[in-house]
This record gives sequence, structure tokens and C-alpha cells, in this order.
Amino acid sequence: MKEIPSIPKRVGAIKFGLLSPREVRKMSVTAVITADTYDDDGYPIDMGLMDLRLGVIDPGLKCKTCGSRAGECPGHFGHIELVAPTIHVGFNRTIRKLLRSVCHNCSRLLLASEKKAEFLQQIGSTKDMGHMPDDVINDVFKEARKTKVCPYCNAEQKEVKVEKPTDYIEDGHKLSPTEIRDRFESIPDEDVRVLGMDPDSARPEWMVLTVLPVPPVTVRPSITLESGQRSEDDLTHKLVDIIRINQRFQENRDAGAPQLIIEDLWELLQYHATTFFDNEVSGVPPARHRSGRPLKTLTQRLKGKEGRFRGSLSGKRVNFSARTVVSPDPNISINEVGVPFAIAKHMTIPVRVTSRNLEMLRMYVGRGNEVHPGANYAIRDDGRRIRVTELNKEELAEKVEVGWTIERQLIDGDIVLFNRQPSLHKMSIMAHRIKVLPFKTFRLNPAVCPPYNADFDGDEMNMHVLQTEESRAEASILMQVQENILSPRFGGPIIGGIHDHISGLFLLTRNENSITKNAALELLRKSEVRELPEPSSYSEDGEPLWNGKQIFSQILPKGLHLEFPAQVCFKCETCKKKDCEYNAYVVIEDGEMIQGTIDEQSIGAFKGKILDKMVKEYGSEAGAQFVDDFTRLAIRGVMKTGLSFGISDEDIPKTAKMQIGNLLNEAEASVGRLIDAYEAKELEALPGRTLEETIEMKIMQELGKARDQTGNIAGMQLGLENSAVVMAKSGARGSMLNLTQMAACVGQQAVRGERIRRGYAGRTLPHFDRGDLGADAHGFVKASYKSGLNPTEYFFHAIGGREGLVDTAVRTSQSGYLQRRLVNALQDLEVQYDGSVRETRGVVVQFKYGEDGIDSTKSDYSKPEAIHRIVKMVTGKEVN
Amino acid sequence: MRKFSLLDHELIPKHEIMSEDELKSVLNQYKIGKEQLPKIKDDDPIIQEIGAQVGEVVKITRNSQTAGEAYYYRLVIM
Repeated sequence: MKEIPSIPKRVGAIKFGLLSPREVRKMSVTAVITADTYDDDGYPIDMGLMDLRLGVIDPGLKCKTCGSRAGECPGHFGHIELVAPTIHVGFNRTIRKLLRSVCHNCSRLLLASEKKAEFLQQIGSTKDMGHMPDDVINDVFKEARKTKVCPYCNAEQKEVKVEKPTDYIEDGHKLSPTEIRDRFESIPDEDVRVLGMDPDSARPEWMVLTVLPVPPVTVRPSITLESGQRSEDDLTHKLVDIIRINQRFQENRDAGAPQLIIEDLWELLQYHATTFFDNEVSGVPPARHRSGRPLKTLTQRLKGKEGRFRGSLSGKRVNFSARTVVSPDPNISINEVGVPFAIAKHMTIPVRVTSRNLEMLRMYVGRGNEVHPGANYAIRDDGRRIRVTELNKEELAEKVEVGWTIERQLIDGDIVLFNRQPSLHKMSIMAHRIKVLPFKTFRLNPAVCPPYNADFDGDEMNMHVLQTEESRAEASILMQVQENILSPRFGGPIIGGIHDHISGLFLLTRNENSITKNAALELLRKSEVRELPEPSSYSEDGEPLWNGKQIFSQILPKGLHLEFPAQVCFKCETCKKKDCEYNAYVVIEDGEMIQGTIDEQSIGAFKGKILDKMVKEYGSEAGAQFVDDFTRLAIRGVMKTGLSFGISDEDIPKTAKMQIGNLLNEAEASVGRLIDAYEAKELEALPGRTLEETIEMKIMQELGKARDQTGNIAGMQLGLENSAVVMAKSGARGSMLNLTQMAACVGQQAVRGERIRRGYAGRTLPHFDRGDLGADAHGFVKASYKSGLNPTEYFFHAIGGREGLVDTAVRTSQSGYLQRRLVNALQDLEVQYDGSVRETRGVVVQFKYGEDGIDSTKSDYSKPEAIHRIVKMVTGKEVN
Repeated sequence: MRKFSLLDHELIPKHEIMSEDELKSVLNQYKIGKEQLPKIKDDDPIIQEIGAQVGEVVKITRNSQTAGEAYYYRLVIM
């Protein structure tokens, strides 16, 4: 590790202040006095808005201030001497507050001197504690405003009203900017400090402008239209207005024009200065372009989503990227992504021409840009870019020589980054290899859906094409999908079988299926298996037969030993392990599946034990191969048996329905008894609860129990021949609860974990009596989705459903913000080669990563069983 | 009135003041200076209890679920 200097440099402080008129003049390179920009020859006019001293934008000209050419010259400020003081809208609020807390006569802050000292001390101490003194300063203004008579000169204070943002009315007469400036000028420095300002860098009177800085031309470049006409920037337009009015004002005043005209002009100057800073001030009509479009002035440039901060600095657009809808393709590898021809033809990878690839790259150029694996651009060794077209392709192909760079189109095998927002963890951006395919969507292996959290209901994803050899190498080593099968979050696989993959292998391996040779080869067609094992049995006419476990074993590697309970495990008190009578204990010996059933626990995303072991023991490449193999096998497996679900799968026999009905009636009756006992005051409160809480709890318990029992009744009627049960038990999709609600009883609808109570006074709906505590009056739904809900049940169900939607909406925004804060705090931490975690200055955060220095993806869950397994693998003996 | 030593509380890991030699070997191991250690305030109750002075380094021995014992070093600051 490199030595880090022991004293890191940090920004000590940042100071903000106001520009004083003196500073404006000092930084100005010229006064701007004419509103004209260019003369008839198109040359910038001296002391005009495009003065050469303000910087240059036209190529060929030199800046008169710094001598550099366009592009190098950063631009320089000029200034306009305003004929009369003008209020700066940006400080509108502060000016208002100041006027109200400063004496109109003697300009002292309207507070007794002891009070001032006290506030000053408070401001000091909050600053020392590293807090913003804003709250204290607000208190100063609040206190000062209350004072009615100046404690220093005994002048009575008048109310200051604000009409337009720049009009301050005191006692029915408008305060002119000159008056305001005069008042501010005579505020003593020590009072300014109490107001939270530093008089050295921000005197209050500087908020009333007497001289206006003119931004450099580089900030407001003019553009030359195709017609040769010049079009000026909005800011330049605004400055022209200001200078014109300024001049007219001067002329009128010198000529001794009547006060009324002077005031009108002053107002106009104020308007132009206001809109120059902010063209969206409420109460001021926005300045418009001749076309009627409002001008984009200084504030509009910075503010909002498209403004400088959010639009240009925090957010930038990126080249070499593509975005379209994703759709599934189970036949491509998890490491691949299907890219539409249209995209592959537009996006390019630059390849340097060498003597070894010269012929190949000539072929690319020769194909042009319209035939797929072609080239779009050729860059000559002098750096000149030439577009490859149908017209010049042959000619250009011959000219290609060593030293050129060819931007060739994407072909199969190129590495790209693939991403789906929100990018919440590192697996949200992974490297894939391209497979160019027809049609217009990105194709994605459904097994990689979990890390991206993608589905195919219209999701769009982004692709980024890597442009350098180094980036491609890095991406393929660190970011490729196979390197991210194991998630560092829990050290297990995050990529794995979903939905049909799980039901497919479940159906294939569950029973002693009899599979003929043809069927077996069909199942294994897409994998690299070329030989079948010894058949497990023979049919009556001597035909060899295999079972599903044997077929699955074909894609397992030799030497794989594994045993674990499956998802379908009943969690018996003592596990009989190998002698499990439910076929729910998976045993794999030397790559041979002996018994059990493959389900979510074996191959599922987040859980898959076999997948986990494959990656940890045989490497990521074998892991990826295994995912590809088992997904293909599973899909053929599920096609062999078929798996479909319909309304009739929710049917249960009449007797069961009767049973359910009786059970629910019985439950309602016992709820009735509870209510009777409550009303007769015979019910005893549970410890720590009121009587009301107790009865609610007991009713909830009773009804919950009833729903579960109906579920059990329905569950007994629906065996593993029912496809919904297959899906629920194997962990492919859905749960037994979903099935219960469809077939037997939907159950209690709850809001905030309680029965529904809101609605009318004393009752939920007008269908019920006031004070009715019964099950149906508070959202118990007796019906099943199959049988259909009655109107009151339907309404309660909608209430409960709405709560769920609101919850998810609130949770995502909250967890998103939490995540953002965490990432911001932790993003610079890095694990060093010595195992310590440090931040950018080299200060240690953890001396050993996670206290133990263990990479969770390599740790085999850190359980003691790992030792037993390893000992068994090496010695062949069982240890405990 | 405190009735027991903070160190006796089961949630408070063992804190001890490091000797010069020990400190030197730790700093050497990570190739860092004292300023790059994590910090702890001298008015922290446990620092007052063991009486560490500003500029000294305390060694904290924590129980870890995965690593058994984990060591942590903090520089005492004002």
C-alpha cells in the first residue's frame, strides 16, 4: 500500500459575501456604454456588449484582456454604471426584513444594546458548535420588528408594506431605492453583525445596486444562424434593454424632465434589472422575446431540473448507450444479452488497425454501414473521421492501413454493460456478451431477472458499449454475470431458477418417472450431455427407461456431494434425513442424485444450495454453465408434463364446501359468544390491555384460526396433482395462503393490523347496527375469491387492498432515501490489500473488513457443518 | 453515584491503554500515523474511567460472532 501523507489537506472554510460596487468596478475590464453589439462589418464595437475585452467567442479573434483565442479565454466581466440605484431582486426578502428592523430615522437596529450583545453572543456560540445561525438571526428580526419606538432616537416606527417585489411602501409613500440605500448605508457595523452579516464582505447597502456587473461574452455567446444572421443570447438582450433605459434615464434627467417621467423611467430600469436576475418573480410580468417566449435569464439558467445544478452538473447524458424494452429468451446463456440488429448497427467499438487485423477490418469497412457486421467510421492516422457510406465503402476499404482506427459495429461476443434502474446494488449493472438478434427488444435470460429485479411487463433496460480494451477486460473479469452469481449480501446465489425452472425440475425429479430414450435425449438436447447412464428399469417390451433424477444427474459434475432438506420438507421434529418418507431430503453423491426432490432450495434464486456449491467448488464458469443447463432442462421438463392452471383448479367438493361453511358459522357463533360475554362484562382483560383491546384480540384470534382451518380443509382436497399446489410447495410461485383465499375463505381484512373500524359513527357501513362488534361488520370476508364477495365484503377488501398499496408507495420512498444517505456516507470507503477498511484520507474505519476479514461469497455461510462436510469429503468418515 | 465499573458491563468491550511498543507495532503493521486511527473523545465515559490521556491510544477488544475477538484502536482526542 502506498504511503499516505499524514496531514491530509481539506477545505477549511468557504465564505460567501456580496459584491461591493468597488469590487464590481475593480474586476471589470471595461464599462459598457453602448447597447450595440457588432458594427456593419460584424466586428465587435468598443465598449459595447460584445467588446473584445470581455472575452472572445469568434474564432480568429484575440481577447484584448488576456490575449488568448476563443476557447482558451475564460471571459472577463465588464460593468454598467447605473444612473440611479436599483434593487437586486435576489435580496428582496432580506431588504424587507432589514427595513422593518432598522430605524427609519437613525438607521440603528431596533434593539436595546444589552439585547444586541446577547444575540451576538448566541450567534457566536452556534457558529462555534458548527451550526447555522439562521434560527438566531430570525429571532433578531422578529424581536426588532416588535419595537415600536426607536430606543436610540425615540422616532416612532412605521409599518413597511411590500407590494411588488421591489416596491416598499412606508406610510403610504413608496421608498425609492436611493432612500433605502441611504438608510442601509448608515447602519453601524456592529448592528450589521447582530443581523448575521459580516460588514467587511457584505454591507446591507450592497443589496441595492449602483453598478451592475456585465457577465463575460463566453457566458452569453451569440450564435450565427444558417442565413448568416446573428442571434444573441437572452442575457445579451436583457443587457441591451438595461443599457437603453439607463441612457434614456440619464438624458431625461440631464434635460431636467418632469419628476413623473423620471419616476416612470426609474421603474422601467428596475423592471429590466429585476428580470435580468430572475424572470419568474411573482408580481412581475416576465420579459418576453419578440416571438412571445419568456426570456431565460440568470435564475432560470440555474434553477430546476434542467438547470445548471441538477441538469448539467449532477446529471449528464452519456454516449455509446442504448435503451429498449426487455423480453425473455431462455435459450441464450445468462452471460449473454440479445441485442437488436438496429442497435448493433448503430453502436460501435473502435479497433486500432494493426498488421494482424488489417484484412479483417478492411472487410468490415468494405461491407459499409448498412450490412450488419460493418463499420460506421474510419479514423485516419491524422485524426480525421470519415463516415463509411454505401458510396465510399469500397474506396475507403482499400485505403485502410496500419495506424488507422475503425469503428466497427457490434458483433456476437462483444462485452457490454447492462443496467436496470433503480441501480440499488452492484448487481444492477453487469457485463454481458452480445448476441445480435432480430426484432426490437433486448433479450435476457429469465434466470438473471432477480438481480436486476426485472420482469417483462414493459421494463426497459440500458446498455453501454465499452470503448477501450482495458474497460472490457475489467468488466469481463469483475462484472460479468457469472462473477455475480453469489451476492455479497448473504453469500448465496442471487441468480437462479425462477417460476417454470423450479416447477419443471420439481415435476421431473419428484416421482420415479419413466422416461424413454427418445424423451431423455429430448430433455437433454440443449446440454452438452452425449451419453446416457445405465437405465434404471426396462418396460414390459424391454425398452430401457430412465427416471428424472438420473436425467438431472447428467448436468451435475462428478465429485459433488451434498445433502439438505428440500423446500417441501415437513420440518418433522427429528429429521430422518436419508430415510425421509416424503422424498423431501435431497442426497447427491459423487454427482449422482440419489433421492429427494429438486425445488427452490436446490436451484432457486436466493436459496439454491446446489447452485451455491457449484459456484463455490467448481468456479463461476461451471456455475454459469449449470444455470444454463438446468434452466433448459427444466423448461423441457415442464413442457413434457405440462403445467396449467384454471378456474376449475380452485374447485373443491361440495362436502368440503359444507365443512368450510359450518366452520365459519361456528367461528361467527363463538365470536358472538365472546361479544355477549364482553357486553355482560364477564370478559376478563388480558394483562396490560384494556377490555376493548382484549375482545378485539380474541376476535382476531378466533377468526384467524377459522381461516387457517378452512385453508386446511381446502388443502386436503387439493393434492400435488393440482398445479397451483405444485407451484406453492416447490416454491416456484404463490403460496398455500393464496390458494386458501381462492378456494376457501379470504379472511379478515385489516388496516394497521386491526379490524376495520373507520367509516360512520359507531359503525363501518350503514348495513350494520351501531356498536355491532360482529365479524362481518368489521371486515371479515367469509367468501372465497372463487365464490365471489358480497358487496360489504367487497368494500372491506378494497379498504384492506388500498392500505397495501399505500404502504408499498411509502416504504419505497423511505427506503430509497435511507439507501441514498447510506451510500453517500459509505461510497468512499475501500478495502485495502492489508484487509483494513479506509476512507480517502487513509483514516482507518475498520482494522479488518467486517471484523473477520471474510468475503461472504467465499465463506460457505461460515457454519460448522462446513467442517463436517470437508472432513467427510477427505476421509470419507461421518463426524459429528 | 456510579455503583459499578463501566468495564464490568457486558455491553462494554474491554478498553486498555496501549504501551508505546505495542502502538508502534500496530502503526507499523498498517503503515499509518497516529492521526489515521479512529478517534475517541477524552470526555467519553470509558476513557475517563481508564484514565487515558489525550494523545494516547486505547486498544478495544470486542467479542465478534464470526471472528471470536476483534481488535480496534482509537486515538484519544480533545
